[in-house]
Amino acid sequence: MTVTTTGDLPDEVYDVAIIGAGVVGTAIARELARYRLRIALVEASDDVGNGTSKANTAILHTGFDATPGTLEARLVREGYQRLTAYAAETGIPLEPLGALLVAWDGEQLAALPSLAEKAVRNGYHETAVLGTEAVYAREPHLGPGALGALEVPGESVICPWTTTLAYATQAVRAGVALHLNCPAGAITTGVDHHEIATPRGVLRTRHLVNAAGLYSDEINRRLGHEEFTVTPRRGQLIVFDKFARGLVDHILLPVPTALGKGVLVAPTVYGNVLLGPTAEDLDDKTATGSSAGGLASLREKGARILPELLEEEVTAVYAGLRAATEHGDFQIRADPGRRYVAVGGIRSTGLTASMAIAAHVAQLLVDCGLDPGPEREIESVRMPTIGEAFPRPYQRADLIAADPAYGTVVCHCERVTRGEIRDALTATVPPASLDGLRRRTRALAGRCQGFFCGAAVRAQFEAATAAQDRTEARR
Amino acid sequence: MTPTDRTHRTVDVLVVGAGPAGLAVAARLAAAGVDRVEVLDREQRAGGIPRHCDHTGFGLRDLRRVMTGPDYARHHIAAAIRAGAVLRTGVTATGWAAPRTVDVTGPTGLERITATAVVLATGARERPRSARLVPGTRPAGVFTTGQLQQAVHVHHQSVGRRAVIVGAERVSYSAVATLRRAGAEVAAMVTDQPRHQTHPARHLGTRLRHGVPLVTGATVAELTGRVRLESVRLRHRDGRTAAIGCDTVVFTGDWIPDHELARSAGIALDPGTRGPATDAEFRTGEPGVFAVGNLLHPVETADIAALDGRFAAAPVLRHLTGVPWTPGPLPVRVEAPLLWISPNRLTPDGPRPPHGRFTLRTERFLTRPVLTVSQDGRTLHRGRLPHTAAPNRPFHLPADWIAGADAHGGPVRITAD
Ligand SMILES: Cc1cc2nc3c(=O)[nH]c(=O)nc-3n(C[C@H](O)[C@H](O)[C@H](O)COP(=O)(O)OP(=O)(O)OC[C@H]3O[C@@H](n4cnc5c(N)ncnc54)[C@H](O)[C@@H]3O)c2cc1C
Ligand SMILES: Cc1cc2nc3c(=O)[nH]c(=O)nc-3n(C[C@H](O)[C@H](O)[C@H](O)COP(=O)(O)OP(=O)(O)OC[C@H]3O[C@@H](n4cnc5c(N)ncnc54)[C@H](O)[C@@H]3O)c2cc1C
Repeated sequence: MTVTTTGDLPDEVYDVAIIGAGVVGTAIARELARYRLRIALVEASDDVGNGTSKANTAILHTGFDATPGTLEARLVREGYQRLTAYAAETGIPLEPLGALLVAWDGEQLAALPSLAEKAVRNGYHETAVLGTEAVYAREPHLGPGALGALEVPGESVICPWTTTLAYATQAVRAGVALHLNCPAGAITTGVDHHEIATPRGVLRTRHLVNAAGLYSDEINRRLGHEEFTVTPRRGQLIVFDKFARGLVDHILLPVPTALGKGVLVAPTVYGNVLLGPTAEDLDDKTATGSSAGGLASLREKGARILPELLEEEVTAVYAGLRAATEHGDFQIRADPGRRYVAVGGIRSTGLTASMAIAAHVAQLLVDCGLDPGPEREIESVRMPTIGEAFPRPYQRADLIAADPAYGTVVCHCERVTRGEIRDALTATVPPASLDGLRRRTRALAGRCQGFFCGAAVRAQFEAATAAQDRTEARR
Repeated sequence: MTPTDRTHRTVDVLVVGAGPAGLAVAARLAAAGVDRVEVLDREQRAGGIPRHCDHTGFGLRDLRRVMTGPDYARHHIAAAIRAGAVLRTGVTATGWAAPRTVDVTGPTGLERITATAVVLATGARERPRSARLVPGTRPAGVFTTGQLQQAVHVHHQSVGRRAVIVGAERVSYSAVATLRRAGAEVAAMVTDQPRHQTHPARHLGTRLRHGVPLVTGATVAELTGRVRLESVRLRHRDGRTAAIGCDTVVFTGDWIPDHELARSAGIALDPGTRGPATDAEFRTGEPGVFAVGNLLHPVETADIAALDGRFAAAPVLRHLTGVPWTPGPLPVRVEAPLLWISPNRLTPDGPRPPHGRFTLRTERFLTRPVLTVSQDGRTLHRGRLPHTAAPNRPFHLPADWIAGADAHGGPVRITAD
């Protein structure tokens, strides 16, 4: 198993290198790991899933409202099926809550039947149009004035962090080399391999996959392609306290208008409630801050949808950047001459589509001349339970009896135990920061944001990383 | 063992929270001869917040002497154990299986504890940056005072070099002291109020001795910095903004009770304090469940919390003898600019609250306000406060008027003008 964070890259020629370890890049790595190939996954930051993949609305979409006939529509539909099955196998938190697209005016109400019909064209047949009464029966806390809704029972909520981590973990265990802190720079393409400059030396690979998210257009240009330009579209979100969870039981989607998908209210698999996202076109690919205006507009919209939500405490505020392009579809393109596949413009459905994108990319690589050889069984993974739908370690007498560390709660708001933090710190892909630890365990992610446990969690983290440094120094 | 096996036990009194309030009530009850008084705390050590307040100023009102927070915590732990209470740390109350039956998790496993009386003493915390909706990036270097104190005093961790403190109340000055101890410079204290809200001597000492400037009438508009905090942008009352360079910011005060257990029992909360609504005898709306300390009044000093515990012992004892549960029928409500009052339910012919007075908070400075108590349009009391009421500081309303309230009437209202 290889995960490197410092030092020179190994001197070898990989069969495939993937740039970018977001949910898409890790899914591709996992897919290719099912063949006997030498694979490198290189990531600029110190952790997997540190870009757009850590900051989304965490919904597993059925694809009912995609534009029929697009690549995105197909990959979202397939990705939904694949990821649902994979979540059950690996323990990725997933809750099939169903969505309601709530109509607040006559125009929106009138749009529902055509949305139902569009769903059918996307191969989704389970929608139903509900009248006012049925809507309030399902969601009694909804604000006044809802006229009806389209019910989409398959829409689900999922944990984006565990998803990315499961892909990465399984890939690494199956032999993929994950190189973190390794931004890909200049690329020279030769007759039989690419040479990619990185601060940690040259990476050599026969085939190259560009899954660099917001930066996929820049990498693409280095290979001589100009097909798309990424414009970051910011989405700000507010996470409400777990006490808000009782207010809502479905994903409450707005009826899409000309202005885009709009603001939703949705439970999370951790038992919070999300409000967001905004949609703001920016030109800075690092602008993941929140703004006073953005938060105010979210609160205004939330007050209409679920008035009582605003009475609850706010646990967190964050923002993510969608990799929007000038095109209406994913920009997945192969250049067989250069043994290169670009995976760009994975805008607002990439989490859902990730496994289907990976399968599609694997096929494109074959078209580029990659001979994957026979498929093999790879070891399945089982991820820690950080969702609320199944018992967490602090609730399990059997686990605590076997190891009392699972009975020692360190982070009180999220009830994360010493044992879970220890396990995360020694996992196949360990966190490099407290933020990474938070995404793996939920420690520090609760309502007190560290008032009670911040120092204790940091102490356990620093003790573990110091111990690892000592071991590495000895090697 | 199945995944959900729990041991079941019964005690007379279960106290959740081993801070000053919980320890004080447990000590009193055990000393009064109650057999099985058990105190749980989810932290590895008992003592509550004072454990990590490594400075002096604790104990004046309850012990009539002054000591440091850690010494004060040790004093109350020893007193509770000496009296015969059972103290268990590293044990978290996670929820309710039935009224007065609490589920707990600890390293020895899962338990279900049924008690004749449950006393909630779970304290309060400061609202973090996110709950205050402060926009900007999410860099490292953002603290609350509680986290800062534990980092510096308990874990001896490094904090930043240059800090801004948001707030100018009592606890904000504790944060200054902690930062200085950690070797950090305090660039400024910032308050949205026109003046600081601590004792003048404390403020002057901080300002003169340590040269900490106080910025008044300003709010935090934005945090900047990618990995580590780089600056705090302030918005002044007149709309001007200015940035202060710093690598650390401490959000102090702005309290919220840790009411998770109370709320998950379905216990009615007071809309002002956000803690359980309680009467002069610390009774909540749930039979047999009492609440004491900062859970009721976010936030008072530790000695006040401990005194709550002492006062609550008598009503708990009465409950143990089988006196029926009739919590105060009348809600007491405040109107803006008042924020909250505690206790916030009353019985006209019942006992007065401790010290014969209510405790209140205001959201802005009020110069010698007139406090009016009324019920259904009838004035029960009207009196001028002999001093200025300051935000983030307690002031009091005498309780002599409660006998005049109508037990069958509407809520009692308190206004200030
Ligand atoms: C607000 C918001 C809400 C969303 N909601 C949903 C949703 O509900 N459901 C859903 O399915 N999808 C949703 N999405 C979309 C989804 O999050 C994205 O499509 C997905 O995360 C994209 O993954 P990625 O791997 O392509 O990109 P990223 O996660 O950004 O990964 C790209 C990686 O490449 C790395 N990188 C970049 N340049 C280099 C380089 N030169 N060298 C090495 N590494 C490099 C980056 O550091 C990054 O880690 C949402 C997105 C946003 C912003
Ligand atoms: C940062 C800070 C500085 C302060 N400085 C001063 C000062 O200088 N002087 C002063 O007099 N006062 C000070 N105070 C106030 C003082 O600390 C409090 O008034 C006092 O601690 C309140 O006592 P308490 O028992 O109500 O709550 P706490 O001391 O907060 O104790 C509550 C206890 O309940 C436990 N608990 C909560 N939920 C559960 C659960 N579900 N299961 C098990 N256990 C649980 C907690 O672990 C905690 O130990 C300060 C407070 C803070 C936060």
